[in-house]
Amino acid sequence: MTIQQLEATCKQVRRDIINMTADAGSGHPGGSLSATEILVALYFEKMNVDPQNPKAPQRDRLVMSKGHATPGLYAVLGRRGFFSPDLFPTFRQIHSPLQGHPDMKKCPGVDASTGSLGQGASIAAGMALGAKHMGNLCHVYALLGDGECQEGLIWEASMAATHYKLDNLTFILDHNGLQIDGSNSEVMCLGDIHAKFEAFGFRVIAVDDGNDITKVLDALNQPAAEGKPTCIICRTVKGKGISFMENQSGWHGKAPNNEQREQALKELEA
Amino acid sequence: MSEKKATRVAYGEALVELGKDNDKIVVLDADLASATMTNMFRKAFPDRHFEVGIAEANLVTIANGMSTMGLIPFASTFAVFAGRCFEQIRNSVCYPHNNVKLAFTHAGLTVGEDGGSHQAIEDVALMRVLPGMTVICPADANETLKAVKAAVEIDGPVYLRLARLPTAVFEDMPFTVGKGHVMREGKDGVIFTYGTMVEVSLDAAKLLSEKGMEVAVINMATIKPLDEDIINTYAAKCSKVFTVEEHNVIGGLGDAVGSVLAGKGTFVFKKIGVEDRFGQSGKPMDVLREYGLCADQVAEQILAAK
Repeated sequence: MTIQQLEATCKQVRRDIINMTADAGSGHPGGSLSATEILVALYFEKMNVDPQNPKAPQRDRLVMSKGHATPGLYAVLGRRGFFSPDLFPTFRQIHSPLQGHPDMKKCPGVDASTGSLGQGASIAAGMALGAKHMGNLCHVYALLGDGECQEGLIWEASMAATHYKLDNLTFILDHNGLQIDGSNSEVMCLGDIHAKFEAFGFRVIAVDDGNDITKVLDALNQPAAEGKPTCIICRTVKGKGISFMENQSGWHGKAPNNEQREQALKELEA
Repeated sequence: MSEKKATRVAYGEALVELGKDNDKIVVLDADLASATMTNMFRKAFPDRHFEVGIAEANLVTIANGMSTMGLIPFASTFAVFAGRCFEQIRNSVCYPHNNVKLAFTHAGLTVGEDGGSHQAIEDVALMRVLPGMTVICPADANETLKAVKAAVEIDGPVYLRLARLPTAVFEDMPFTVGKGHVMREGKDGVIFTYGTMVEVSLDAAKLLSEKGMEVAVINMATIKPLDEDIINTYAAKCSKVFTVEEHNVIGGLGDAVGSVLAGKGTFVFKKIGVEDRFGQSGKPMDVLREYGLCADQVAEQILAAK
């Protein structure tokens, strides 16, 4: 796809996120909007996936470690053809494959059931270790939230990723700086997160604007560092693209009402 | 009866035997391979053994990730850490019903000298409440081999509860997941039990027989799914129902059997186990005696039950 097509896809995904959360009356728009370019870059450009064969053994995997950002994930999977966008209005409703948090047994294209923060990074490390052991050349990605890095399991997984030289593993950090109770630095300061991942043995790539899809793709397209896992730290804006949601931690887990939906959709037309 | 053997040792041997024919089996440890006895597997198949270091949460989630690639991971650590990685077991393994085997050793009071901090008396309760989890605690070395084989064949999560203490090896007995096995017949009472307490219960039944009370002993190696038929049948036949376990009387087999029988008649019913307190250091048999779980003490409790 051209950059223009990818950007148009991002805009469509943002409209889907707004509609899905507004229809459901709940869900997590803020962290879905911050991760939109990352998810679109992965599923529409980078990852080797086949929506007609979502369980193909050799496919690349994404573990949505920040599992609450399902509106973004489902919008991308639906637009990529893993299931029909007609399902979007069933998000969070009874019997829907689009559960509040990703369910690998219910939703085509979801590679891991996540939602309990910290676990996705470790699941991804296990997948990458298993892939290496089996000679499977797939690549495993995990999308991490920044607040999530307060979980000890992230660092247990990171230690193991380096120990086992998992150069088939890439963590992507959606670093929007905000979490439920406030900013990262107010809630529990992450310190120098770049230096922390480096100290754990990762090759770290910094993306100063993770909502610029060109920059995200440039980072994803860098060749793997032999013998080392990679962590791409994307500086993003929570609620990106919707003026009244941007940089507001209050939009972490709150759905827009109909009036807010209309305003948001109008902004996404421009 | 041959020489005593711990079920953890039989587990290590079983992995080696099954690993020969099934290269999907991989084993993960959190720095306890020489205690969980998976070091036997590590020696036989070094490229299929993975250390995660002292990190039990990571142990479970890494194993879970490997299972999604088509491998059959056995993750081993001490049973007391079942609580530490409980939420990883719940959300990463059981919620999607992934094919992860948790073989946790050093369960119960018979850990002995390490003391109460290391004596799991709650792991059965924790594992039993997870939807889709199979919970097995074999009584001896032979049954352990069969249980490990069965765990490989089950497509889903399995918890194997294993012991540190060498215990009796019985004559070969049948093992089917979800089926109790009658170890001794009786008409005056029935004991439902598992693991290390099978031997104790059989000894207690002998003592009771000398006093004229014939008590059946049923090995409930599978605690979940529970063999409700055998519970109903023997409760109806014997009317005095006992459970004996090296576990808290809250949340274990006793509660499971009680739930099956609730509302089904008038029984004498007594749960014999750890009376809602933590363990302590001591030689395994001294600890069992302190907690009332030696054969003569079990027999006394059964005689006294009205």
